[in-house]
Amino acid sequence: MDQIILQFLNGLDKGSAYALIALGLTLIFGTLGVVNFAHGALFMIGAFCAVTLQRILTLSTIVEDPTKTDFLGNPAKISTPYVESWFGPEVGATLIDWSVPLAILFAIPIMVAIGFIMERGLIKHFYKRPHADQILVTFGLAIVLQEVIKAFYGANPIPTGAPEAFRGSFDFGVLIGFDPNAIIYPYWRMVYFAFAAVIIGAVFAFLQFTTFGMVVRAGMADRETVGLLGINIDRRFTIMFGIAAAVAGLAGVMYAPINSPNYHMGMDFLVLSFVVVVVGGMGSLPGAVLAGFLLGILEAFASMNEVKAIVPGIDQIIIYVVAIIIILARPRGLMGRRGVMEE
Amino acid sequence: MSNSNFTRRGVLKTGTIAGAGLALPTYLSAASHAGFTNAPTGDTVTLGFNVPQSGPYADEGADELRAFELAVEHLNGEGDGGMLSTFSSKVLDGTGILGKKVNFVTGDTQTKSDAARASAKSMIEKDGAIMISGGSSSGVAVAVQGLCQEAGVIFMAGLTHSNDTTGKDKKANGFRHFFNAYMSAAALAPVLEQLYGTDRRAYHLTADYTWGWTQEESIAAATEALGWDTVEKVRTPLAATDFSSYIAPVLNSGADVLVLNHYGGNMVNSLTNAVQFGLREKQANGKNFEIVVPLYSELMAKGAGKNIAGIVGSQNWDWKLENEKGDRYTGTNAFVKSFGEKYGFPPSQAAQTCYAQTLLYADAVTRAGSFNPCAVVEALEGFEFDGLGNGPTLYRAGDHQCFKDVVVVRGKENPENEFDLVEIVEVTPTEQVTYPVDHPMFSGGALGSCNPGA
Repeated sequence: MDQIILQFLNGLDKGSAYALIALGLTLIFGTLGVVNFAHGALFMIGAFCAVTLQRILTLSTIVEDPTKTDFLGNPAKISTPYVESWFGPEVGATLIDWSVPLAILFAIPIMVAIGFIMERGLIKHFYKRPHADQILVTFGLAIVLQEVIKAFYGANPIPTGAPEAFRGSFDFGVLIGFDPNAIIYPYWRMVYFAFAAVIIGAVFAFLQFTTFGMVVRAGMADRETVGLLGINIDRRFTIMFGIAAAVAGLAGVMYAPINSPNYHMGMDFLVLSFVVVVVGGMGSLPGAVLAGFLLGILEAFASMNEVKAIVPGIDQIIIYVVAIIIILARPRGLMGRRGVMEE
Repeated sequence: MSNSNFTRRGVLKTGTIAGAGLALPTYLSAASHAGFTNAPTGDTVTLGFNVPQSGPYADEGADELRAFELAVEHLNGEGDGGMLSTFSSKVLDGTGILGKKVNFVTGDTQTKSDAARASAKSMIEKDGAIMISGGSSSGVAVAVQGLCQEAGVIFMAGLTHSNDTTGKDKKANGFRHFFNAYMSAAALAPVLEQLYGTDRRAYHLTADYTWGWTQEESIAAATEALGWDTVEKVRTPLAATDFSSYIAPVLNSGADVLVLNHYGGNMVNSLTNAVQFGLREKQANGKNFEIVVPLYSELMAKGAGKNIAGIVGSQNWDWKLENEKGDRYTGTNAFVKSFGEKYGFPPSQAAQTCYAQTLLYADAVTRAGSFNPCAVVEALEGFEFDGLGNGPTLYRAGDHQCFKDVVVVRGKENPENEFDLVEIVEVTPTEQVTYPVDHPMFSGGALGSCNPGA
């Protein structure tokens, strides 16, 4: 039982990342009708926003220390971060320690700006082109973005830790009546799940309870009619692209302490996130979230040794097997709407 | 007045004879190299360095490339000469190889076997490379080694740790300086016994490809010989990034040691996940839970950050060897100085093995007096040398594997700087990691005979 609960928690955690990326993908597809294969790259850029802020906060003054030597026998260079010089060692160290949560504030304007530039500079020229063209250009863009990141940051993963207070793990089992040490779960993964829930809730609330959101939803349902009412729906959709980019970026920022960011991490999530979107139903926001968590949980359970003993290799194919079954049974996905991507 | 005897016929005749005479030395010289692939005919010779320049091992590949460039510089008499001055063989004099200036071309393996074979093929067929070197993945090394055997060029493997490279997939044209999974296990076992005792239960997470399989087999055999139990061996997809689903079952498996047979990004992520799940603080079977990473590099330690602290593993070489373990490892400091002054940081073990392989190839050609692959094979087989940083080393004739000391390391708890991430725990002597050519873990293939190609 403890294993089942542990894998359920793992599934929620994986599902959080899938759901956040798929939510952004669906927002873009639902509003602009564009299949954005560069969305994984936006997730990766978000993670590198955390790396960048960490590097900015650790920019240092360098002083030679004649009492110590470096690996070549020259006087060692001792670095002291500027933030520690300016605000004192304690405050400076705390700022560096909390660089990942602080990166949320850092990432939002950057990601929105990247989203705007992507949409206005490139993707708008492909609105009336076939989906295959959109996929090719956005996939090409994803490769360019990841190569740019690699050129600046290298190919090696860059450790980007959670704040000290959230490192390590806690005894989740005791909270629900299990023996001590039966269910140990990392703090930061719980934080990630809670963060994902808040972001997903905020996006839904924004679309549901604001005038802007209402217009966007109306535009998603019938773009032409909204346009005929004199509303500049294109501008609102561009803003939604920026919001979708920010959602992917924030998912990446908070993911940085879970797995050290590397330039390839976007591609690792991209294909799975597309499967999530298709299973959830193209254009359906609740479908994307539901499918994200469902497939995350299924993937976690398929990794259990007991399951793999029955069906070897199931952990690597489970998502695709379930996707095939769901699409066969419900061709529009779990919550897909009639007329989306249909002639 | 002069009486000229020049006629049109006479000029043609004389010209033909003179031309033939002038061409004769070149023709004879070409003949002396003929009969093998890409025999160098001009005053240069081309080496092909096939490393991952993109993909997850690109940083490792970049370090290999730096070492290759440095080796070529030293062979051509540029720079400070690096390990040429410490190498026990003294035939290399900084005038290239057999008087020919060394040029090189590079290829990108992308850490994919098919891409690696394509780039090696291109370097051999289009650029005329007479030797291919590089690596960072055993799957790639095995694939490229097979190609070089078919093409009739020498393959001087870079970083490849699978037993299969010089085991069931060994080839006469291929040589490996780097150590292997069996050697890691043989070196680690006594240290593990000393640190963690003989009553342990190990859980293996293993990358699902040739290197992972052979490392798992080697470590399990060595630890079971100590008295450890192997609780479970779980294969993980090479493409996996989040290992939480594989780590969770470890918690209540009854194991008290987790062995991560992962490399590169896989290892960084699986170790990070294991630490997140509290395995470093966990108590199991009345003991501290331990994590072992049988093979890791400085670059991986950098990627893992603080999580590497206290983790035991093995390395082919470490840049601190000569300072900490003395003159036996002479050459280390010379190489670190050359590399460090050129690039600003110490070399990785991948860089050292690639640098050594380039010098060993050049030395073998010079001693053989020929670029013919079969002459090079003969010169390298059974070659004993020293001064390349690893102590006395033998290139065994039976499988083309180098035998030398193995370094057991541990992640440093309080590193003083970004280059000081691992500490040397012990250096295991060669005798302790040596095995017979027909050892069962290396059986199933034959070296065959050298192929000179065209």
